Amino acid sequence: MCVAAAESIEASGVGLWVMSKDGVPGFSVASDPGCQQVEEFQFTVGEGASTDAFSSRRPILVPDLADGLSSRWPVYSAAMHDLGVGAVFAFPMQVGASRLGVFTIFRSRAAGLTAEELALALTFADVALMTLLDGHEASSDGLAGAMTHQAAVFQAQGMIMVQLGVSLEEALIRLRARAYADGRALTDVARDVLTRRLRFQHGDS
Amino acid sequence: MTAVSTERLARVFVEVADTLVDEFEIIDFLHRLTMRTADLVDAAAVGLLLADQRGRLQFMAASQEQARLLELFQLQNDEGPCLDAFRTAAPVVNADLSTSGGRWPRFAPHAVAAGFRSVHAFPLRLRSEVIGALNVFGTEAEARLEEQDVHVVQAIADIATIALLQERAIRRSEILTEQLQAALNSRIIIEQAKGVIAQALDLSIDEAFDAIRAYARRSNRQLGELAHDIVTDLTKIEEITPP
Repeated sequence: MCVAAAESIEASGVGLWVMSKDGVPGFSVASDPGCQQVEEFQFTVGEGASTDAFSSRRPILVPDLADGLSSRWPVYSAAMHDLGVGAVFAFPMQVGASRLGVFTIFRSRAAGLTAEELALALTFADVALMTLLDGHEASSDGLAGAMTHQAAVFQAQGMIMVQLGVSLEEALIRLRARAYADGRALTDVARDVLTRRLRFQHGDS
Repeated sequence: MTAVSTERLARVFVEVADTLVDEFEIIDFLHRLTMRTADLVDAAAVGLLLADQRGRLQFMAASQEQARLLELFQLQNDEGPCLDAFRTAAPVVNADLSTSGGRWPRFAPHAVAAGFRSVHAFPLRLRSEVIGALNVFGTEAEARLEEQDVHVVQAIADIATIALLQERAIRRSEILTEQLQAALNSRIIIEQAKGVIAQALDLSIDEAFDAIRAYARRSNRQLGELAHDIVTDLTKIEEITPP
């Protein structure tokens, strides 16, 4: 997926890292080894676009790493320069309070993302998130697309979290699994939870 | 509808300025802005939608529950004054809902059934872009906005845009994207927290939201921050009481 993203967004590299449950960086993958090196480097020095995107829960978009605005990361900026990276765009993979990691795009030249590239990057980040969550493929209009739309899904997620005493991520996985197993739309199942027609219990899959 | 009182306008202006120079949370700010707007023009309800990076409008804030439902109804049916203001970048002013069935065949009867008679919508503009819209609903057909009111409400819509851009001293186009994405995600956290409280206290989703809001007010907390605490630390639920 990183390679596909790198090709469609005109990036020199795309990286993705996933946090483990206790908030320490887990595994990372990248479209090429150099890129992976950059991602891992951030955790060694403790600063960079991806780490900031994760901790602030918002994208960090830096179209020109040399313009002085990135002086907030002295070590990271210098290392990026040495590695020939001119621009970096980091997107948290998150659904509300659940965060799984960060999806980051690197460019060798300094240039901002166009509106189309931005929409594409957000879609890649969504698909990566959903795939990591439970491995269910997100279709073209996709669960990822539906996710961003429906308050009912997020409300049901909160309810299931309390019903089962599980994490928010786990609650979403259960909701999606139920929709998938029953061949129903995610929002329909969510509405059943909200109207109390459906209650999740331990042992359900 | 009478023209806006200077005294009320001054109060809102001071509050907005106070907020914008200080640390603030965008969802909380937009929510208060809808309530102040309703107050200012004696509107029954005010709602606000923002466009995400894919150009789709998303619900962000409303002065009260009814407005939230009407905004969602517009989104679901892809029709209504907010969408018109968003698409045309021009305000929709003094639309009489009882005679708007031709313009909005689904929305107009639905809004009338909910007790509303008039509607106005204002685009949230940023240079050549439109990034959202603000809806004002009235319960009386004669609740017209005077020309002066129209300028005031458009200015409030512009303030919402400014609040979104406001961050540090840096001005770059990426900030809007960063802020929008952060605001959309905060909105999701609030929905998740509503679900948690609805289940834990056996309330409807709307009652759960009222309970969270009331607790935020009592404890002087920002809505988004409180919602985040609720979904990440279930022991916080004990502090919330039914409305």
